[in-house]
Amino acid sequence: MKKLLMGAALLLGTAASAQGLLINGAGATFPAPIYQKWFSEYNKLHPDIKFNYQAIGSGGGIKQFSEGTVDFGASDAPMKDDQIAKAPDVVHIPTVLGAVVVAYNAPGMKNLRFSGETLANVFLGKITKWNDPAIVADNPGVKLPDQSIVIARRSDGSGTNAIFTDYLSKVSPEFKTKVGSGTSVNWPVGLGGKGNDGVTGLVKATPGSIGYVELAYAIQQKLTVAELKNKEGNWVKASIESASAAANGVEMPADYRVSITNASGKDSYPIAGFTWLLVHKDSKDAAKGKAIVNFLRWALNDGEKMATPLDYAPLPKEVQERVLKTIDGLTVNGAKVSAK
Amino acid sequence: MSFLNSSFTYRKIVDRGMAVVCAICFIAAFIPLVSVLWLVISKGAAGLSWAFFTELPRPVGEEGGGIGNALVGTLYMVGLACIIGLPLGVGAGVYLAEKGDGTIGNTVRFMAEVLSGVPSIVIGIVAYALVVIPMGHFSAWAGAVALAILMIPTLARATEELVRLVPGSLREASLALGVPNWKTSLRVIIRTAMGGIVTACLLAVARAAGETAPLLFTALNNQYWNINPSAPTASLTVAIFNYAISPYDDWHAKAWTASLVLLIVVGLLNIASRFLTRSRLKGAR
Amino acid sequence: MAEAAGHLAVEATEDGRSGPGNLGDRVFNGVLWTLGIMILVVAGLIVLNLALVARPLAKEHSLWGFITSVEWNPVEEHFGALTFLYGTLVTSAVSIVVSVPIAIGLGLFITQFAPPKLGRILTIPVELLAAIPSVVYGLWGLFIVVPWLRESIQPWLGKHFGFLPIFQGPPIGLGYMASGLLLAVMILPTIVAVSVEVMKTTPEANREAALALGATKWEAVMMAVIPYSRAGILGAVLLGLGRALGETMAVTMVIGNSPQISASLFAPGYSLPAVIANEFAEATSAVHVGALAGLGLILFATTFLLNAGARVLVTAVQKGPSRVKG
Repeated sequence: MKKLLMGAALLLGTAASAQGLLINGAGATFPAPIYQKWFSEYNKLHPDIKFNYQAIGSGGGIKQFSEGTVDFGASDAPMKDDQIAKAPDVVHIPTVLGAVVVAYNAPGMKNLRFSGETLANVFLGKITKWNDPAIVADNPGVKLPDQSIVIARRSDGSGTNAIFTDYLSKVSPEFKTKVGSGTSVNWPVGLGGKGNDGVTGLVKATPGSIGYVELAYAIQQKLTVAELKNKEGNWVKASIESASAAANGVEMPADYRVSITNASGKDSYPIAGFTWLLVHKDSKDAAKGKAIVNFLRWALNDGEKMATPLDYAPLPKEVQERVLKTIDGLTVNGAKVSAK
Repeated sequence: MSFLNSSFTYRKIVDRGMAVVCAICFIAAFIPLVSVLWLVISKGAAGLSWAFFTELPRPVGEEGGGIGNALVGTLYMVGLACIIGLPLGVGAGVYLAEKGDGTIGNTVRFMAEVLSGVPSIVIGIVAYALVVIPMGHFSAWAGAVALAILMIPTLARATEELVRLVPGSLREASLALGVPNWKTSLRVIIRTAMGGIVTACLLAVARAAGETAPLLFTALNNQYWNINPSAPTASLTVAIFNYAISPYDDWHAKAWTASLVLLIVVGLLNIASRFLTRSRLKGAR
Repeated sequence: MAEAAGHLAVEATEDGRSGPGNLGDRVFNGVLWTLGIMILVVAGLIVLNLALVARPLAKEHSLWGFITSVEWNPVEEHFGALTFLYGTLVTSAVSIVVSVPIAIGLGLFITQFAPPKLGRILTIPVELLAAIPSVVYGLWGLFIVVPWLRESIQPWLGKHFGFLPIFQGPPIGLGYMASGLLLAVMILPTIVAVSVEVMKTTPEANREAALALGATKWEAVMMAVIPYSRAGILGAVLLGLGRALGETMAVTMVIGNSPQISASLFAPGYSLPAVIANEFAEATSAVHVGALAGLGLILFATTFLLNAGARVLVTAVQKGPSRVKG
């Protein structure tokens, strides 16, 4: 009996160590497709290092990172000051650029246009039908159906939500006061979807619905996407180029926490945003810390090349160079990490 | 009685009519069962393959991949849950049967009955507070603890009933032969009830294997193989949930196939318990 | 009776015996007692941990305020349980209304109208229904029931009964109605199983007396079985209701996750277990987590009371008022 127990313990022990290094992370669904691709590719290059990423929403990522239940987090909403107070050694590492698009399910209507004001009123619940005068005004000549609008929005703490509500708050003072912006807001109406996937699924399945999702999801699931009016008054389609245009010339602060919604620039898409990985400035776990730093180096070099095929915009060159320097400044138990 | 005044034909019509209504109720209950089983089998069978059982999930957009780690995860966590839950549950049941006639016994019995109705999501919160917070991260242990807490009350009640079913004459005979009371309980009574207890355990395991809610924020999820109890672990049920609420059609197909696998696992456990019950009853004659 | 004899035997051996047997007995009894107490420990742990996690909530919210508020604002940290209580109650009510008549009819069919052998076979589909995991029901609900409601049932109901507030609004499929129907299927086995048990305990003598008086089978049921098992059937319904209240996965997948109160059954809503499932892993502040744990406490208390009540009713029937040994 004793031999059996010892044998079992030995087996479990060797099995556990034979698994290699497992690094746990959680957070945004916005960049989940490209992160999953990155982790999968990195694992092919380094088979004994596994990144286990759970896309539970930016809110969850921030929370889990602050509480230390995961080794790194991911969020499209930069941490607020009071959140940073709980995790003072957080470093925001921007990875890619994305766009939040307005996807809808109205068969036959391609390229509908929504001005900022109209969009805000739809999501406030003030505009309830597709053939509302405001929508008609934005789309002269298009015959809109007398159908109820069903709103699909996020039910979980979401960076995509933060970016979208940030934009709506900028273009509609009423939205700002009634709903506000952030990872979780008090939506007055709408079906709740979990993650970008959830909202995508809702829009796909529900006729007459409208929702907001990250560009990659809309492209991959072939959702119909609306054109939006940017700050200069131009109608812009969401794309990698228009998202990059929004990031052009942005004043990037030292800690990389910046919002680029409603950016100026004639080709800028109004609802674009960076997404960040949340890591520790000084990691206390030697093996994991080293692995994370080396992964970040790879991601900000080779990983960036995988962005465009997956419908994400790579970081602007100047930002990328700055970020690589920041990564070099990350330490493990006080010591810098040499490149592998 | 009013019916004495009604004509017999009318009463006969009512009688036959109500029998038909009750039969229709059966059919109404039958329809969802057939629908679920039919859909899971027809939509899920296509995805069954050796690769599905043995491979890890792939990122979105890539073909193939499977639920290998989720299947192992479920078996692993249910196994851990059994190590904790079976002794406690069966033990409590034996206590109730042997010593459970006092106030404490009645309180324990009442509690076991009521606890078996606690929603599993609430148990998930408890396991989160008990295991995830002190440990500092999600783990298979947390999931296993949640499942164990779910198993204990049901097992206790079932075990008590089964042990009480053992005829008192067996105990008397054993005691008359000079066997001490505790040995009698262990070697004679419980051994006789063992077949039934195993059946009850199989059913408890079947229930644990099918649980999702308590695993959502205890074991979380894992893209890789894992038998480290301190790490987050994938499970079949959470995998089905994630695939189902995704917008990807190929993931939806995987959800059906994974459901088929889950139903097969749960079904086998239920059939095994039924088989044991019948053979036990046959043996007892 | 046999157990009484067994206990007598116990007293006889404990009388003045010394030696290893007695020590063995004491150890064994001690172990058993500990294991039995574990149930109470588990119950205590549940309540304690829920209360502990929920404590931050109590700083800014009074109990009454929490229960009656419809706010759910994680940004400003104002939380209220009312929306979720409403959603849970509505979906459970729908499930009871749909499920109970069918369950009782089914129970009567199995115990009264079907030949005994058929009756035993008929319990198999009921058990199969009970064995299907919740997430599989959710999958079925999401891809089969919701589109069916959205495309066939809800438009029809809206057209013909749209004057009723419960059938108004756009047919989305997701919402209270879908959840209620799924719950009805899921609680059916519980209600049927307990009802069958209870109906079976009706003394044959009562039924036979009714039949002897010339009653038809149905009348015998109405005169003898139903009055006798009434309390037990109510207990079965309470147990089913308890299960409906706590059901998580299937509801989360089809209720629409919308924290709004709405009169229409077509509307999306939210239930207590669903919001906990969706938000717990991501709640970013102690108060938010506390609010979710507070919802968990409410769930626990409600199901506790329901199950306790059900147990009292069912055991009352099984013990029987005054039984004539048949």
